[in-house]
Amino acid sequence: MTIKGKSYIAGIYEHPTRHAPDKSTAQLHAEVAKGAIEDAGLTKDDIDGYFFSGDAPGGAWPMVDYLGLKVRHVDGTDTGGCSYIIHLGHAAEAIATGKCSIALITLAGKPRTGPAQVRAPGAEADFETAYGATTHNAYGMCAMRHMHDYGTTSEQLAWIKVAASHHAQYNPHAMLKDVVTVEDVVNSPMISDPLHRLDCCVVTDGGGALIVTTPEIAKSLKKPQVRLIGHGEAMKGPRGGKDLDLTYSAGVWSGPRAFEEAGITPKDIKYASIYDSFTITVLMQLEDLGFCKKGEGGKFVADGNLISGVGKLPFNTDGGGLCSNHPVNRGGMTKIIEAVRQLRGEAHPKVQVKNCDLAIAHGTGGLLGVRHAASTAILERV
Amino acid sequence: MSEVKKYPAPVTNPETAAFWDAAKEGKFMIKRCTACGEAHYFPRSICPFCYSDKTVWEEASGEGTIYTYSLMRKSPTGPYAIGYVTLKEGPSVQTNFVDCHLTTLKIGQKVKVVFKPTDGAPLPFFTTI
Repeated sequence: MTIKGKSYIAGIYEHPTRHAPDKSTAQLHAEVAKGAIEDAGLTKDDIDGYFFSGDAPGGAWPMVDYLGLKVRHVDGTDTGGCSYIIHLGHAAEAIATGKCSIALITLAGKPRTGPAQVRAPGAEADFETAYGATTHNAYGMCAMRHMHDYGTTSEQLAWIKVAASHHAQYNPHAMLKDVVTVEDVVNSPMISDPLHRLDCCVVTDGGGALIVTTPEIAKSLKKPQVRLIGHGEAMKGPRGGKDLDLTYSAGVWSGPRAFEEAGITPKDIKYASIYDSFTITVLMQLEDLGFCKKGEGGKFVADGNLISGVGKLPFNTDGGGLCSNHPVNRGGMTKIIEAVRQLRGEAHPKVQVKNCDLAIAHGTGGLLGVRHAASTAILERV
Repeated sequence: MSEVKKYPAPVTNPETAAFWDAAKEGKFMIKRCTACGEAHYFPRSICPFCYSDKTVWEEASGEGTIYTYSLMRKSPTGPYAIGYVTLKEGPSVQTNFVDCHLTTLKIGQKVKVVFKPTDGAPLPFFTTI
């Protein structure tokens, strides 16, 4: 059993806003849904499956009703920022088994201008909440140990931000459009050791949406055809504190599953969308996915190797979460969207990868230094 | 500022009440499975490694080494250092480092448990030896 080639991404939409004080969260979901449906050349009434995560206000009942949908399949899996990459795989499963034929996936929210989201406490709460784990220090702990074990440097991490900024200068919607240097990054204020301010992603309002459908329907539409050929998901946590190792992520499991299903290797990938909540997130994911050996990520990302047209692995050509957009602090959706743009040939000409036929969209969700999920999607231009 | 930092009281529940009762006496407890022999933290009634329900409370030495840490430079209650300590007994635990120089922490450094009061049971933290 495989989902290889059984579903196509027929519609994509990234909300242009980064700051939405005058909109509701549900409204943003509707706007991105409308955008993706129109991009696909479909109508709202064609949708028969809906996928959403913790950012959808009220969950399944309110959102399906608010969006005016009539669906026969619904999935509200919430694994934080990578939820939408997991949804892509789940939508493929539902489409392959006939549970739905045209799936809508939405993400939207207002972390800049709306109330903070509160997660229900887990079994660990009494033993962890007081210690104040945040995204910054949780990823800081990973970076600190990675530096200790492998000699990774702040300058190497900075190259990831530098590459993202080179791409963001061509994105009119990017929150940060200025090209930065390694010196800019390592001289920016320390936020949570060893991560500097410019090692961190942006915080943005906004969202994005996808339409996933059958090969037959995708071929009847006008957009270039992009299909899912491999998918993986995995979870990792401290698991009772045994053999704690914060230098790798659940990507070591989701990645190989996706590559095996696709029947390709990291060497075949022409473009990589890699979740970039922090610079260290990218470095660890690249190692975990097999683009380089564990511990050699620092060397791999240095000297512009992630810059489109310069290095061997163009990444996050929209500017990524580090510079362009990180709607609702959940970066998985925009990772898929830019990968589809690359495969369609719709990326900005300055960053478009030539003959881009195979791309990866990979993300994590939760806190890499505490407990998290990872999901990997391999996409192919048909 | 950090001297007067107020920590939230543990909510506690039937599964973990014994941990917090012991904490009131200054004891740092872990759970050990008598079926597979593995210790774990935070405490569960079912062993997360072999799923045996034969887990027992054990007073830990309270000593360990810093696995990793990160110093948050700013927060509403001032700078604080989060990290993981690998206990002598094996499990690694999430914590904050207190009552020591936060800017000179090192991976591998030896630390020991200290308890800080809350409005309920005291919370375990670690300090350098």
